[in-house]
Amino acid sequence: MRFKGVAIGSLLMAAVPVAASNALAQNVTVAVGAAVGSIDPHYYTLTPNTSLDANVFERLVETDAQARPMPGLATSWKLVDDRTWELKLRDASFHDGTPFTAEDVAYTIARVPTVVNSPGSFAIYTRPITGVEIVDAHTIRLSTANVYPLLPTDLAQLFIIPHKLGANPTTEDFNSGKNAIGTGPYRFVSYKPGDRIELERNDGYWGTKPAWQHITYRMITNDAARTAAMLSGDVAMIDQVPTADIARLRADKGVSLWETVSLRIIYLALDQGRDGPTPFVTGPNGEILAKNPLKDLRVRQALSIAINRPAIVQRVMEGAAIPSAQFLPPGSFSYVPGLVPPPTDIAKAKALLAAAGFPNGLKITLHGSNDRYLNDAKIVQAIGQMWTRIGVQTAVETQPWSSYAGHATKLEYSVFLQGWSISSGEASNPLRALVATFDAAKGRGTVNRGRYSNPALDSLIDKAVSTADDGAREALLIQATRMAMDDVAIIPLHNQKNTWATRAGFTYVPRADEETRAYDLRPAN
Amino acid sequence: MAVLEKPVAAPRARPREQSPFARIAGDFAQSPVAIAGLVVIVVIILLAVTASLIAPQNPYDLAQLDIMDGRLPPGSSSADGLTFWLGTDDQGRDMLSGILYGLRISLIVGAGSALVAGLVGTSLGLTAAYAGGRVEAAIMRLVDLQLSFPAILVALMILAALGKGVVNVMLALVIVEWASYARTARGAALAERAREYIEAAECLALPKWRVVFRHLLPNCLPPLIVIGTIQVARAIALEATLSFLGLGVPITEPSLGLLIANGYQYMLSGKYWISFYPGIALLVTIMAINLVGDQLRDVLNPRLQR
Amino acid sequence: MLLWFLRRLLQAMFVMLAMSLIVFIGLHAIGNPVDILISPEADQAERARIITQLGFDKPLWQQYAYFLQGALHGDLGRSFVFNEPALQLILQRMPATLELAVTAVLLSVLVGLPLGLFAGLYPNSFAGRAVMAGSILGFSLPGFWVGLMLIMVFAVSLGWLPSSGRGTTAALFGVQWSFLTRDGLAHLVLPALNLSLFNISLVLRLARAGVRETMPLDYIRFARAKGLSPTRVVFVHVLRNILIPVVTVVGLELGSTIAFSVVTESVFAWPGMGKLIIDSINVLDRPVIVAYLMIVVVMFVTINLVVDLLYTALDPRVRLGGRA
Repeated sequence: MRFKGVAIGSLLMAAVPVAASNALAQNVTVAVGAAVGSIDPHYYTLTPNTSLDANVFERLVETDAQARPMPGLATSWKLVDDRTWELKLRDASFHDGTPFTAEDVAYTIARVPTVVNSPGSFAIYTRPITGVEIVDAHTIRLSTANVYPLLPTDLAQLFIIPHKLGANPTTEDFNSGKNAIGTGPYRFVSYKPGDRIELERNDGYWGTKPAWQHITYRMITNDAARTAAMLSGDVAMIDQVPTADIARLRADKGVSLWETVSLRIIYLALDQGRDGPTPFVTGPNGEILAKNPLKDLRVRQALSIAINRPAIVQRVMEGAAIPSAQFLPPGSFSYVPGLVPPPTDIAKAKALLAAAGFPNGLKITLHGSNDRYLNDAKIVQAIGQMWTRIGVQTAVETQPWSSYAGHATKLEYSVFLQGWSISSGEASNPLRALVATFDAAKGRGTVNRGRYSNPALDSLIDKAVSTADDGAREALLIQATRMAMDDVAIIPLHNQKNTWATRAGFTYVPRADEETRAYDLRPAN
Repeated sequence: MAVLEKPVAAPRARPREQSPFARIAGDFAQSPVAIAGLVVIVVIILLAVTASLIAPQNPYDLAQLDIMDGRLPPGSSSADGLTFWLGTDDQGRDMLSGILYGLRISLIVGAGSALVAGLVGTSLGLTAAYAGGRVEAAIMRLVDLQLSFPAILVALMILAALGKGVVNVMLALVIVEWASYARTARGAALAERAREYIEAAECLALPKWRVVFRHLLPNCLPPLIVIGTIQVARAIALEATLSFLGLGVPITEPSLGLLIANGYQYMLSGKYWISFYPGIALLVTIMAINLVGDQLRDVLNPRLQR
Repeated sequence: MLLWFLRRLLQAMFVMLAMSLIVFIGLHAIGNPVDILISPEADQAERARIITQLGFDKPLWQQYAYFLQGALHGDLGRSFVFNEPALQLILQRMPATLELAVTAVLLSVLVGLPLGLFAGLYPNSFAGRAVMAGSILGFSLPGFWVGLMLIMVFAVSLGWLPSSGRGTTAALFGVQWSFLTRDGLAHLVLPALNLSLFNISLVLRLARAGVRETMPLDYIRFARAKGLSPTRVVFVHVLRNILIPVVTVVGLELGSTIAFSVVTESVFAWPGMGKLIIDSINVLDRPVIVAYLMIVVVMFVTINLVVDLLYTALDPRVRLGGRA
């Protein structure tokens, strides 16, 4: 966004010295906690997939560890007019030796929407692109229908594949390795579904030389088994360190921990779509209420200030989160300065409830998943405790995501736990998805499952996303975020931290976007 | 299991000078280990029934819990002076209270589902073996169908259709378990059916149900009791596994299994008490049930000489 | 006999049909796969497009009809998550599960049967009682808990065995197997043990019960009276008689062990079908779930067939086809 296209990209990596020549250390095993489902980089927009893909393929625009855009296969980009971006491409070559050119970019953009059966298509990132013009081998112009300042952010999701793969390359051919040809630091060798992926160093990589000759990328989805693999020395690095094991691993001299605040916000959604009774909120004796109490700002405020966020972070998350009162963590583009969680105030919460006409409190069933977000089932139980203390008798019900997601999408819950990963790293994405009025035609409010609606907020968001100037846009996004949070459209709880553990003697660059990249794992000197 | 009260009419049974019940009681009492098991069971049941009176805390009441007391080691005290003799779990729940309440749920779930599944499965299995033909084919293919169905899928379907709850978990366990009884009962009955005493009973033109339940069943009991006592344990363990997968009883009303599942993630970090003590409670319970079950099986076995 | 066999085959097809129908309705009741699978970033238009593409806009009976049509041509559909044919995905992972399950069942017979014989022959000795009491450990603790304990002791504390995964494999008949390499075997030990614990107890107890019941029978007494060596009596006469329940249960358990090694596979990161099915259930990947269950049904029907045949071989008193 603020980035003007200067090639400082590999600064982060360049700071780390080249690998030691120890032959044994040339083979490294990395264990990830989420199973990779496909090697095809355009099949499914799922972090475990993109995380692996990021070792093999590269994007035009990359993001640094804090999710800020930086040059990838494009060395620079600029607006040539309101609706046309021009990108300068890097001198790089694919693993099979063919040089990377503008033709590959055009091919990739054309291929993405043609992938069939995709349950999470990357087409949402190519759709804004209405025209592709190859200027020369290393220059390409992309045009959009409207003013679209987020194009570089969208391009930061698209992995480039070589055009020589031809028409309709199949997912099977990616999985077998035939099509798995990228420009990235590691070459794909083999894929054993549910078990491991083998990678080899790409010696022709344009950037700093990758540290390891051979990477085994293992999938260990069971948390305890992953920690055990770390403790027993079977693997050099694990991602998604379980919060329960952080303290033990931190105390272990043979292990180093690497953590960063992630772009994932955990929050409570509140049913504000129903004017009449909402199914899981009743009066203190179970009596059905004629009006939905969650439509009353005072009730929402009371529920929010009753929650002791630092206690949740400290006791439930064991420090692997930061308390939050907005979407993004500090330091992000469009973070609202000074908007911090309200202090927990039981007396004030009770007073607010009484003012709203509920001096004897309420009865709420709080719903949550139990296998989706870090400690989700524990978080809702802890909130249940806290609400009980302000006179809101809280029952807690948790379900596996497979059953929970359907109920939540069908708007069957009243108060429920949700999480959202802000892939763009700025506030327009959560504003549009979580709190903008649900509107299928405009593609707004897609996961606004509380059906919060505020026309003033909507127009502010619309204005922000069509503002090309970064400074002006950020100001608008900050204003919109503040408006949504003052109105308690949702109750933000915390931003999760992403934690990796390595054996001692390694360094790692923890990423806010949850991707686990072997390239960022280096020997410590 | 279902027919413990009428273990009669086997061909080689000893002369009946006393009532069958007294005979069983007498034979049972011959094993001090089994008596000890019985005593333990009685104590456990008493503890479970009186949990709400003797537990220091009501672990199901969120108002009595405080996450600030979470994961305290055994012997710690809370801010308001309550001592946690066995420590606390992640929500600040007193483990001792949790175990007492959890025992109750686990016993109901384990014994209840095993009993119902045993009744249903044994009846169907015997019917299949004795009736033969289409009935047998239908029942046994139903068994195949059920055995192929993963417990997790059954539990998930019931959760989706009926919601969370202890009764729904029991229902899922019954659906998962009846087939093993049916299979075993049929296997044993097939072997027995061909024996002389059944033919003799048939020659006497006894009603079919009488042949099945009074003659066939008692002789098929030993393997069924083996399966039965194991299945009580298995049901409790399976409930724990369902909890582990997020499909068990409600999280605010933990069973022993759910307590163990919750403690699982703390095992590597040295907070052993969260899963260790419920594990011990589970072990003792199941040990006792099996000691009694083993002796009962021997006592009830018409062919076993003592 | 042939007729009996054909009838069983027909029945098996009915079971498969019933199974697929139950799964379709059941999964429909659990939730809409689109809600779980779809990228959260997708907007409403994209969502509608995907629903149409995957056929979820059609009524359930129509979706089922499509499935049946495909199934008749040997196509069980493509996984939503992997975008590969469901059947191929499952077959790919079958060897891992097969070798784990067979090892576990072998272990349970090799350990359980001798211990059960021993406990049955000397029921009142201290050792006999200890074996029985010890066997309770095998089924009273949940498998996931025991699995992690095994990892903690043998991998983390002692460092004797690897903590998880499948290790190096070698090819045999074009399939990769772990048991052919030293490293693979080392990886196999803990999960197989974890998986077999329950079955060891079960076989042990069945064997003991059988021995206790058989020893007083007339033909055994006769054999002993005839002066046959105790070894011969036990291994020929007694063993033969107790094999029936053991065979039933081992057969059954092989089936469930193969099918539902879910927990062991996930605790030990063993890349088999059990892990695939649980992952698929979690995201309601219907083609994989249906295909998997079809395979498992076939397996169970086959196992039951074999068990029934073994009955006749082991016990002449059992007549197949019976009074049908």
